[in-house]
Amino acid sequence: MDSAPKNSNTGKKRTLEQEIRYRTIVAFSVFFVCLTCGGLLFARLYNEPTTGEDVQPTLRAGLRANEKMFSLFYSKSREAKVFSKSDAATKVRVNGDVGMDGELDTSWRLKIARNPRDTLVITLADIKALPKTEVVFDFKCVEGWSQVTWWGGVRFSDFMKKYNLVQQTAMRYVGMVTPDESYYVGNDMPSMLQPQTLLCYEMNGKPLPQNQGYPLRLIIPVKYGIKHLKRIGVMYFSNDKPKDYWAERGYDYFSGL
Amino acid sequence: MKRIVAKHPLAIRWFHWINFPLLTIMIWSGLLIYWANDIYRLGWGDKTLLKFFPQSFYDALHIPFRLSTGMAFHFFFMWFFFLNGVLYVLYTIFSGEWRYLLPNRHSFEEAWLVVLHDLHLRKNAPPQDKYNAAQRIAYTAIVIMGMGSIITGLAIYKPIQFYWLCALCGGYEMARILHFALTIGYALFFVIHVVQVIIAGWNNFQAMVTGFEVENIPDIVAANPPVTELEDQNEADKKE
Repeated sequence: MDSAPKNSNTGKKRTLEQEIRYRTIVAFSVFFVCLTCGGLLFARLYNEPTTGEDVQPTLRAGLRANEKMFSLFYSKSREAKVFSKSDAATKVRVNGDVGMDGELDTSWRLKIARNPRDTLVITLADIKALPKTEVVFDFKCVEGWSQVTWWGGVRFSDFMKKYNLVQQTAMRYVGMVTPDESYYVGNDMPSMLQPQTLLCYEMNGKPLPQNQGYPLRLIIPVKYGIKHLKRIGVMYFSNDKPKDYWAERGYDYFSGL
Repeated sequence: MKRIVAKHPLAIRWFHWINFPLLTIMIWSGLLIYWANDIYRLGWGDKTLLKFFPQSFYDALHIPFRLSTGMAFHFFFMWFFFLNGVLYVLYTIFSGEWRYLLPNRHSFEEAWLVVLHDLHLRKNAPPQDKYNAAQRIAYTAIVIMGMGSIITGLAIYKPIQFYWLCALCGGYEMARILHFALTIGYALFFVIHVVQVIIAGWNNFQAMVTGFEVENIPDIVAANPPVTELEDQNEADKKE
């Protein structure tokens, strides 16, 4: 888009009309070349072959870079805004049913893979025996809606201390899987240890309904709803990113708020 | 007689033409996100004047559910949109171009006269520099809107980490509404901008690519030309 070289450099002198035409042609040529290059670059990005995950690898790299960038501002102690119980919705929205076939009863057990070939098995009564924490916060769905909801359960960090899993908190991720293994999430340890993160067994002061993940679900207010796994079957710890249902479908793995 | 008059600096042309596709991508990917939960409408109570967007729109365009695609693109291109905007603002400050772009104390009064003139309700437009009063207001407003999109966008993107930004925007829901309303604003800006460019004609439009405008000087003025390099050149050509 730059202007034409000065007449004196070319040796031959142009008339004003020629000068106008020359500059116009040069500028528009550069313009269309840039336009075409930009279009081709975008088309290349848009059509980039995906490998296993439903998102272009360049965009996935972008999501990871964002996670790094924004973790500079991340504070472990920063909490979601708390509301009063009277603000909490009585009709709580149900948005997902993957991994929720059938109903569960008291025969359910939480399996915690402390180490390979070392699994801790816990009942709901064991979990309820721990100090209860309640949180009323604005639950945010990746789709864009949000709802103030009231949850009760044991603080994840308390749970880890009580069951002597402090060593495991040094790992980078916590993985969770539904009993039928069809829904699974991975969450980074700092978010899991945030004081509002619950292993949750109550909603609105009553036991969790089946469609909200009875008997035990994850509530992790610093993440979008896709990370709040319902009906926890197995919990494990890892330094590699655990499998994540929605990340495989093209969503941001971190999904932090 | 004609002469070449420099209008848009090279940097401004680059910023303009880089911004256009970037903003297009941001709006497109933003719509993919919005369509996952399209609740906004104009109206009151149960009365809806305008819904964004009616079912017929989705049916006609076969809009699939592509939230993850929208988010991946939106959170990738936001950086380029942001950087281009920041560099543009810095450029206008340091180059002095802001003098043509910022409204002055007469602009708000004059903008009204410009609008009346453009609507053919008034014969004369007020005298202007590179941009008229309405343009100054519009081109400054669009920069402020851009800042608004960045702020409301960040408030939605990280409402807990940037809780203070979220509070500044009036909360999470309000930040989303403002972010959406700003997009509607861009669409309206675009329509008016393109119509005005078409009305202004080729000479004006091509200046955003070439950087110069061709000015016609009445012969009577040309007889006593103001001295410029190109004028002298032209005169010299004639004598040869």
